[in-house]
Amino acid sequence: MKAMKKTLLAVAMSVAAATGVQAEGISNDVVKIGVLADMGGVYADICGQGCVTAVEMAVEDFGGTVLGKPIEIVSADDQNKPDVGSAKVRQWIEDENVDVVTGLVASSVTGAVTKVLTDAKKIALISASASNAFTTKACSPYNAHWTYNVAALANGTVKPMVESGKKKWFFITADYAFGHALEGIATKVIESSGGEVVGAVRAPLGTTDFSSYVLQAQASGADVVGLANAGTDFVNSLKTAAEFGLTETTDVAGLLVFTPNAQALDPAIAAGMKATTGFYWDMDDQTREWSARFKARHGSIPAMPHAGAYSMTMHYLNAVKAAGTDESDAVMKQMKASKPDDFFARNAYLRNDGRMVHDMLLVSIKDAASRQSADDIYNIEATIPGDVAFNPMLPECDFK
Amino acid sequence: MIKMNKLYLFLIVIALVAPSIVYPVFLMKLLCFALFACAFNLLLGFVGLLSFGHAVFLGTGGYITGYLMLHTGLTPELGILAGTLGAGLLGAVYGKLAVKREGIYFAMVTLALAQLAFFFYLQAPFTGGEDGLQGVPRGELFGLIDLNDNFAMYYFVLAIFIFGFWLVQRTVHSPFGQILKAIRENEPRAVSLGYNVNDYKWVAFIISSALAGLAGSTKTLVFQLASLTDVHWHMSGEVVLMTLLGGMGTIFGPLVGAGVVISIQNMLSGGELGNYIHIIMGIIFIVCVLAFRSGIVGEFQKLVKKNFG
Repeated sequence: MKAMKKTLLAVAMSVAAATGVQAEGISNDVVKIGVLADMGGVYADICGQGCVTAVEMAVEDFGGTVLGKPIEIVSADDQNKPDVGSAKVRQWIEDENVDVVTGLVASSVTGAVTKVLTDAKKIALISASASNAFTTKACSPYNAHWTYNVAALANGTVKPMVESGKKKWFFITADYAFGHALEGIATKVIESSGGEVVGAVRAPLGTTDFSSYVLQAQASGADVVGLANAGTDFVNSLKTAAEFGLTETTDVAGLLVFTPNAQALDPAIAAGMKATTGFYWDMDDQTREWSARFKARHGSIPAMPHAGAYSMTMHYLNAVKAAGTDESDAVMKQMKASKPDDFFARNAYLRNDGRMVHDMLLVSIKDAASRQSADDIYNIEATIPGDVAFNPMLPECDFK
Repeated sequence: MIKMNKLYLFLIVIALVAPSIVYPVFLMKLLCFALFACAFNLLLGFVGLLSFGHAVFLGTGGYITGYLMLHTGLTPELGILAGTLGAGLLGAVYGKLAVKREGIYFAMVTLALAQLAFFFYLQAPFTGGEDGLQGVPRGELFGLIDLNDNFAMYYFVLAIFIFGFWLVQRTVHSPFGQILKAIRENEPRAVSLGYNVNDYKWVAFIISSALAGLAGSTKTLVFQLASLTDVHWHMSGEVVLMTLLGGMGTIFGPLVGAGVVISIQNMLSGGELGNYIHIIMGIIFIVCVLAFRSGIVGEFQKLVKKNFG
C-alpha cells in the first residue's frame, strides 16, 4: 500500500514536471491558428476565405514551422452569429488545442468569442471588427485589435469635415451594435469639434429599400449625411441617396468603406467620397508586391482586414519565436515589446490595452476618367498618424 | 416492459461514459436540443398541434436565466428554474390565445406571437440586441459544485434532460395524456365525451413551453450566451425538422432527430460544405417527407413490427 502511494506520488510529480517543461516550449508540439470569419454572408468579401488565404500566406512566408514545430491552420464559418462563433471557438480550445484565434469579423461575434478566449487565457487577434469595445469597456490582456476601429473612422473621416465647416450632420445607421457604436463615437467627435447632429435614423441590417430613410435625411437640412453602416447596406443606401438626388445637394459620407464595396459602386455616384482605411493596396511598392501575390491566389485585391490578418499572424509568429514558447502571456508580452513592421503596419506598435496603433489613410474614391484599371479606386489624400486616429488608452485597460 | 427497461439502462450507461469519448460541450448541445425537440413533440406528436413559434420559449428561458445569472448572482439551479417558469408563463399567455384556433391558423398565430417577441428581444436593452447576453457565468450548483468543469456541467445537463424526458413520458402515459391523444385522433368526439378540449390543449401547451424554456435555460448556461438565434423563427423550423426527421409521436424520435440534425450541422460547419448547410438540410427534409414520413424511429418501429411483431 505504501509502495503504491509512493509510485502514485512519483507519477504525479513526473506529470507535473512534464507539464512544467511544456509551458516553456510549444504546447502539443504544434502551433494551431484558428481563423473564424463569416464565410458566406454579408461580410464574406471583406474577410471570409480571403482572411484564410492571408493567414496561409503569413505561415508560408514565415517558413511553415516555428521553433522546429509545425504551424497548422483551421478555419470555420461563424455565420455572423455570436452563439455559433463562441461554440466553435470553445471547441477549438477544449478539443482541438488551438493556440490563437484570428479573423473575427462581426463585432457581436467578436464580443462573445473574446470572452471565451480570455477565460481560457488564449489570444484573440482581431482583424475585421469595427467596435472599439475590445480595447475599452470589454478590454482584456489577451485581445489584440489590429486593422482599424470606429474611433479611427470617426477621427479620420468625420473630424476634418466638421472642421472644414460641415457642421450639421444626419446619420443613417445600421441598427445593431456596430452601427450604434459608430454613430455614438462619430457624434462625440462632431460635438467636440463644434458641430451638431440634427437627427438620426436606424435601418435594420440588410435593408434593401432605403428610400424612406433617405427622404428623412433630405428633410433634415443637414450639411452632411453620414452613413454609419457597412457592406451591402452602405452600397444600397448610397445608391438610393444618389437616385433621390441627395448626393447633389448635400455631402454624403461613408463612415466605413471597404475596397470591395467601393469597387462595386458606380464611380459616377461615389467619385470624390472620402473614407478612412487602414490599408490600400496601391500605396507603395511594398503593398503592391504583397497585394499582387494575394490577388494571384485569391482572385481579388485585398481589403484592409486581409492585410491586417497577414500582418498580425506574422507578428504573432515572430513573438512566439522570440519568446521561445506559445504560452499566451509570454507571447503577448513579446508582441507588445517588439514593434510590428511590414507592408501593412507603418509606424506601428501594440499598445498595452491591445490596440494596434498604426498610420491610417484618408482616401477619396476616384472618378471613372482617372481610373487606370478596375482595381484603381482610391486617391490617397493624407496619412493620419496612429496616435491621432485612435482613441487614447483607458487607465483600467493598461495591461503590462 | 422489461425490454424497455433494459433499453433505458443501456442508454443511461452510454450517456454516462460518452463524455470521455466525445467532446462534452457537443453532447450538452445535443441534449439541450433533444429536450427542446421532446417538448415540441409533446405538442405535435401527441396533441397534433403544430406550434410554429416554439423557439420563443427556448429563447425566453435563455434570456431570463442569462440575465439573472449575470446581474443577480443567482445559483444555476435557481436561474434555470426562473427561466423555466418564465417560459411557462409566456406559454400560458400565448397558449390561451393560440388554442382558440386550429390547424394552419394555430400555426400562424403561434408564429405571429413569436415574431412579436423576437422584435421585442431585438429592441429591448436588457437582451443586448444582436450581441446577445455574453459571458453568462455557469456558477456553482447549489453553491457547491463548480460547473466551469465541463464534466460536472455535462452530468448536470444529463440530469436535467432525464428529468425532462421522464416528465414527457409521464405526461403521455397518464390519463391526461390519453385524453390528449384522443383529441389528436378525433377532436369532435373528445368534445362529445364532455372534455373541455381547449383547456387540455392549453395545459399541454404550457408544459411544452416550460420544457422548451428549461432546454433554453440550460443551453444558455452551457454556452454562457443567450442570443437572438434562439428566438429566431429559423430555430422554430429547426425543431420541426428534428421532430419529423426523428419520428413524430414516438418516444425516442426527437432524441434521434436532434442527434442527426446537430451532428450534420457540426460536421458541415467547419468544412467546405459550410455554405450549403441550409440546402443540405432542406434536401434531407424533402426526402424525409417524401420517402419516410414517420421518421427514422417511426420507420424502424414499423420494420420491427412487420418482421418480429
